[in-house]
Amino acid sequence: MNVKIHQFDAVIVGGGGSGLMAALYASREVKTAVLSKLHPTRSHTGAAQGGISAALGNLEEDNWEWHAFDTVKGSDYLADQDAVEVLCREAVDVVVELEHMGLPFDRTPDGKISQRRFGGHTRDHGAQPVRRACHAADRTGHMILHTLYQQCIKNNVTFFDEFQVMDLIIADDKVAGVVAVELRTGELHVFHCKAALFATGGWGRVWQITSNAHAYTGDGDAVLFRRGIPLQDMEFFQFHPTGIYRMGILITEGVRGEGGVLINGKGERFMAQYAPTIKDLASRDVVARAIYLEIAKGNGVNGKPYVYLDVRPETVNQYLAAAGEARRVDRAYIESRLPDILEFCRVYLGIDPVEAPMPVQPTAHYGMGGIPTTTRAEVVIDENNTVMPGLYAAGECACVSVHGANRLGTNSLLDLVVFGRRGGQAMAEYCKPADFTPLPPDPAQEVITQLECFRTANGARRVIDIRAEMQDVMMAHVGVFREAAGIQKAIEAIHRLQDWQCNQLRIDDQGKIFNYDVLDAWEMGCLLELAEVTAVSALARQESRGAHSREDFPKRDDVNWLKHTLAYCRPDGSIELRYKPVTLTKYEPKERVY
Amino acid sequence: MTMKVTMRIRRFDPEKDAKPYWAEYTLEAVDPTDRVLDLLHQVRGRFDGSLAFRRSCAHGVCGSDAMRINGVNRLACKVLVNTIVKGDEGKIQVEPLLGLPVIKDLVVDMEPFFENYRSVMPYFVNDEPPPARERIQTPEQRTRFDDPTKCILCAACTTSCPSFWANGTYVGPAAIVQAHRFIFDSRDRAARDRLAVLSQENGVWRCRTIFNCTTACPRDIKVTQVIAEVKNAISRGRAD
Repeated sequence: MNVKIHQFDAVIVGGGGSGLMAALYASREVKTAVLSKLHPTRSHTGAAQGGISAALGNLEEDNWEWHAFDTVKGSDYLADQDAVEVLCREAVDVVVELEHMGLPFDRTPDGKISQRRFGGHTRDHGAQPVRRACHAADRTGHMILHTLYQQCIKNNVTFFDEFQVMDLIIADDKVAGVVAVELRTGELHVFHCKAALFATGGWGRVWQITSNAHAYTGDGDAVLFRRGIPLQDMEFFQFHPTGIYRMGILITEGVRGEGGVLINGKGERFMAQYAPTIKDLASRDVVARAIYLEIAKGNGVNGKPYVYLDVRPETVNQYLAAAGEARRVDRAYIESRLPDILEFCRVYLGIDPVEAPMPVQPTAHYGMGGIPTTTRAEVVIDENNTVMPGLYAAGECACVSVHGANRLGTNSLLDLVVFGRRGGQAMAEYCKPADFTPLPPDPAQEVITQLECFRTANGARRVIDIRAEMQDVMMAHVGVFREAAGIQKAIEAIHRLQDWQCNQLRIDDQGKIFNYDVLDAWEMGCLLELAEVTAVSALARQESRGAHSREDFPKRDDVNWLKHTLAYCRPDGSIELRYKPVTLTKYEPKERVY
Repeated sequence: MTMKVTMRIRRFDPEKDAKPYWAEYTLEAVDPTDRVLDLLHQVRGRFDGSLAFRRSCAHGVCGSDAMRINGVNRLACKVLVNTIVKGDEGKIQVEPLLGLPVIKDLVVDMEPFFENYRSVMPYFVNDEPPPARERIQTPEQRTRFDDPTKCILCAACTTSCPSFWANGTYVGPAAIVQAHRFIFDSRDRAARDRLAVLSQENGVWRCRTIFNCTTACPRDIKVTQVIAEVKNAISRGRAD
């Protein structure tokens, strides 16, 4: 088969927020290419809604150290505190940089970047909610994605759109390149490079109810895992409390930031019982669990597994008055702050949130775990933090770890730009003195074999059925609450589905051009891999921490489990778990109360 | 309650077919609140894995799945079946966008569209040394260009435009929307350069105010008004 060879100093895999930020920085210094399986503006960064946090203090006193404390507490003390300090200290600078790139933030009356409240973000170590989330209506991610893409065009960044990266080439224990399929032609391309940065996003499509794009199939994580790179803390996957009932479409926490409240089937504002101080603005794991518990108690709406999110002006004003706040909202204010949310509800539910409450349920949203990295986005391959030369990762696919066991809202957009920028800088520095590592013979051979295997698969099992079964079983047993027997059941099911995937798959399309049949099957393989790692890591962790809630081990156990999981793929395909310590600086783990 | 829906899809595989053709697939138990995109997934998953279409976010924000649905440009993920099929049985016709070359089935070549987009300097320009903190912009100045910031580059507007169908070198409504977003941004300094580009033969004057673009926009951008504002700015020789 004809394989095209390209040579770039730096290759970036993924065209979302972190990939584009890295590209802007790397391309100033070295020859850089961005490979994306989608057109970059289709990336899932664009679906982020509510905001990006930075302690600008534009509306009230704030400082980055409070932001760092909130992030560590939100992480249930699993985040590496040195990394969190980097994230929150650089937040202010990076948000200003985005504004200088033209990002159209909403403005305060005096023309500064406007800020709103968000879950888990507080003043003075938990005293009360603080306005820290910088926003552009409820489409902040869209604005970030487009602004970065625009700047890439301005700076003539080289893009290879609709190129699916399927393998990493390692030679002499260093990065030598990546292998990609060009979707339009089906041709294979080898990108010979000194450094590769993976910015491939998350894998929420493992679960049945998810806010994530169809394209969110964890490709980069799976590719690296198969090449021996560990995956860190995969048992921690965030369920966002408020997805549209049955569809999973995200309803931003910004709704609650603007004053919206969660109401159960009995008409009670139930979060007051679970988080007496900041109520509906508690961390996402806390709120998602509260919704599950309410539903389990029979307090869902009309006996169904959902609750209401109510942002009708009269409701918001009633609770603002009860809290002694002077602020009041009206219809026009809600329309201007949450236009897309109103639109989603009108289109998909046929209801107007200004007049009726929204039916919501927790939705699989964000992977806290991923490819382990240093704060320079260098990928580390063991519990001693040994760096793999030339390999970088940033954004949701990576695990620095700044989110630990539970991410705070708005910190994902921040993570993208802070560590995308650091990754771009670091890889440029690395590339300048480095030489190309020679490519091994037939570098694309494994991908060729894999694809041929898919193209000729003539079994009876369809991808759509395998995927649905995986999503059901992961939702039921490795979701918001877990226990050993259920997780075990999930692992058995995944093994059976992996066998179907390898031996009984049916593929209709034998062609080369835009063969989504084969691509779907390949992505399905990535999802199964990550589902298995998630379940195996979750079974081993016998405690409850952040997004990982074990019914059979309901307490956090700092003595035995204040440590990061590292999952490795053994040569026989089985998973080996190792652990490494959490970096603590100034925050002693404490009980987490909101 | 479910519905029976027949999907009538324009198919073309360049590796197999000499020319495009219509194919029909009947789905027996469709949930009325399913999206047209869900039905396309059903067809690909159950009937023919080779059906090609782009999609990603599935809720109208990424812009991947613009196509002609019952003759008008829509995002497949933003059309619920019960809004276009009444009763318990019906047909939905799906075809690729017009005016861009079809590559396979519903997948068109987007490059001419993005080439037009890139031609209008769709990026922020201000070479003055930036302040230490954010540039100041009043809420009113920010509102001035809010509408076009919603654009997701789905191409629904441009490929609904008869002027674009007639002449593919016309930059098209989407590119003008993108230019407007910067022309009217109080912080930007390249409005004149963009107005110069858009005053050329293939710029805004090819717009005949047909309003198809405004109807087609899944983000409810007032595209025709945006274009008119750019035309006015060219006539005045400045943005505001």
